[in-house]
Amino acid sequence: MAAPVSGMAGSTSTGNATSFQKKPRRKLVSIPGTRPSVQNGQLLVSSGVSSLDYVIGGGLAVGTLLLVEEDRYDSYSHMLLRYFLAEGVVCGHELFLASARDHPDEIVQELPSPIVDDVAGMKISEGQSQPSDPENPDTMKIAWRYQNQPRYILFLSCSFSPLPVPYHALLKSIQTVIRKEGFDGSTPQSKVRNVLRLGLHSLGSVLWGDDVCCKDNPAHCHALTTFLYALRGLLRTSLSVAMVTVPSHLIQNRAVMGRIIRLSDTAIALESFRGSEKETNPLYKDYHGLLHVRQLPRLNCLSCEVPDTKDLAFKLKRKQFTIESRWFPSMAV
Amino acid sequence: MFPELNSILNSTPDSFKSSDFILVSDRRADASFLIHHHLSFYLRAGCKVCFLGLVQSFSHYSAVSQRLGVSLAQAREKGQLVFFEGLKNSIGVILQEDTSQETQPLSYLRTPGAGLEGLFRFVERSVRQSGDGYAGESWGPPVLLIDDLSVLLSLGVSVGAILDFTLYCQAAVCSELQGNVVILVRCEEEDADDDEEGSNLLQRGLVHQCNLALHVEGLPTGYCRDIHGQMEVWWRQGEETIYNQRKIFHFKVHDKGASFFARGTSSAVL
Repeated sequence: MAAPVSGMAGSTSTGNATSFQKKPRRKLVSIPGTRPSVQNGQLLVSSGVSSLDYVIGGGLAVGTLLLVEEDRYDSYSHMLLRYFLAEGVVCGHELFLASARDHPDEIVQELPSPIVDDVAGMKISEGQSQPSDPENPDTMKIAWRYQNQPRYILFLSCSFSPLPVPYHALLKSIQTVIRKEGFDGSTPQSKVRNVLRLGLHSLGSVLWGDDVCCKDNPAHCHALTTFLYALRGLLRTSLSVAMVTVPSHLIQNRAVMGRIIRLSDTAIALESFRGSEKETNPLYKDYHGLLHVRQLPRLNCLSCEVPDTKDLAFKLKRKQFTIESRWFPSMAV
Repeated sequence: MFPELNSILNSTPDSFKSSDFILVSDRRADASFLIHHHLSFYLRAGCKVCFLGLVQSFSHYSAVSQRLGVSLAQAREKGQLVFFEGLKNSIGVILQEDTSQETQPLSYLRTPGAGLEGLFRFVERSVRQSGDGYAGESWGPPVLLIDDLSVLLSLGVSVGAILDFTLYCQAAVCSELQGNVVILVRCEEEDADDDEEGSNLLQRGLVHQCNLALHVEGLPTGYCRDIHGQMEVWWRQGEETIYNQRKIFHFKVHDKGASFFARGTSSAVL
C-alpha cells in the first residue's frame, strides 16, 4: 500500500460523529526497517546505499518500483541489486529474487555484509553465509528461476495470454507469495507485519524469452510493459517494494524505454566509464561512472522532492558505493 | 483546484464551458497535477464525474484531493464520483483468473487487438446513471476524466482503437449530454517516434478533436529547481474569437497547489 502511515484520520469521518469525539489514539504501525518520510508520511525503506536514498528522496516508498537501467556490463547495477537484498536481510524483510542468468542461490551467497560501526556496537548479522532466518526456514522466499517450473508452461499452453510464458509465470509466482504470506493484508495478522522486497534481475533480456532487446520491431513489444503494469498493481496493493534492472542499452526503441520508465515510480540509470573514452578523462578520474535520475515518484502528493543537481557521479570503494555531485565532490550529496 | 489556473482558463466551478473536450499532455514532464486540478474542480462544481484511474490507486488521488479540499471517498459514497481502478482490477485479467462480468471494461487486456468497446460501455453506463444521491440530489453535467490514456499503448492497444474510443466518448459525453471530457496523454520525444504506434500520433489525433489543449514540458533552457516547467495553453477558435489562441506560462508545483506566472516573472528570477 503506497498510503501514508498516519494522518489520514480526517478522511474517515462518517459524518455522524460530532467533532468533540475523542479520536482513539492510533497505534502507529511500526514495521522493522521502515520509517515514515518527512515530506508526506509515506513509509520508506532503504535501498541499501545511503547516498542513493538521499538522491531519490529519502528512500524507496513501500508499494513502489525502482527501475535501474543497467550499465554496459551489468557490474554496478548488479551491485545495487545485491545491496538492496542485503539491506532486506539486515532489516529482517522477506526477499523474493528472480534471475534468468545467475542462479539466485549464487547471488544470495555473495551479498555484501553490513558495515560494522564499532562505536554503535552493532551486532554483525550473518548477512553473507546464512541469509535465512534459522528459526523459520520459509522466511527466505524462494529465489526462482523460470526454467525450473515446467508446470506453469503446461498450464498456459492451452489459453492465450497477453504475456509470454516466463513473465506470466513470474507474475503468478509473485502474486502467490504475496497472497500466501499475507503481504496484501488478506490473511489475518497472526504474525508481525513485514515488507517484501522483490529483486528482479535483467528483465527484458533475451534470457527471459523477450525480444525487446534484440530487435527494432520486437514481436513482444508489449510484454515487458504489460508485466510492469501488472507488477505495479501488485505492489500498490501490498506491503512490498521492488527493484528491477533492465538492460536499457540494448533496447533500440526509445519509445519503449520511455514507457518502461513511466510505468516505474523511481527510475535511475547507471553509466559506467569502463571501456569508454571517459575512463581516461581527467575530469572523471575519481569516479567509476555517472548516475542519471530519470524519474522521481509523486505519490500521494502533488510535488516531489526536487534535487539540487542532476549531475551525479558514483564511485565504488572497498566498503561503500557513494554517489556525489559531479561539480562539488567535497560535499557528499 | 488551482485558483491561478482558473483565472487563466477563465472558468470557475460556478461557471464553466460545457461540452468541452480538454486535452492535457506532457513531454518528458509530469502533467498529472492538472488532472488533480480538474478532478477537484468538477467535484466542487457538483458535476457527476467518471474517473478512469488507469495508472494510480484510489488512495493516491484521495490523498492529493484531500490537500486540495475535496473528499473523494465521500463523493464516491454519495454517487457523485464513479472511480474505475485500472491497476487493481488488471492483475486478475492479465493472469487470466478473473473472467467475470465486472472485468468487461478490461477486455482490452485479454485481446489487445479487440479495442476498447468494453471500456466505452462502462463509461456510458456511468455517465448516464441518474443522480440518486441523498435526498434524490441530481448532479450537474457529466464529466469524464482519464488518467492516463497513453498507458493503453503500453498494454498493446492500437492508436486507432484509442482514437475511436475517444470519439465515442466525445459523442456520448460532450455532444449528447453536454458534459466535459478531460484526457491526459503522455508523449515521447518528437524524433523517437517514427513508427505507426506512438503516443505522439495519439496526441496529434486528439489535438484535432479538442477545444482546449494544455501541454506541459520542461524548460527549454534546462533543469531549474524553482521553475518546474512551462505550460502551453491552446484555445480553439470559438464564438468570440476568430483565431486560435496560444499562451505560454511557467509554473511551480507546491504541496497544496500550483502557481502559474508569465515567463520570466518567477520569484527566483526577479
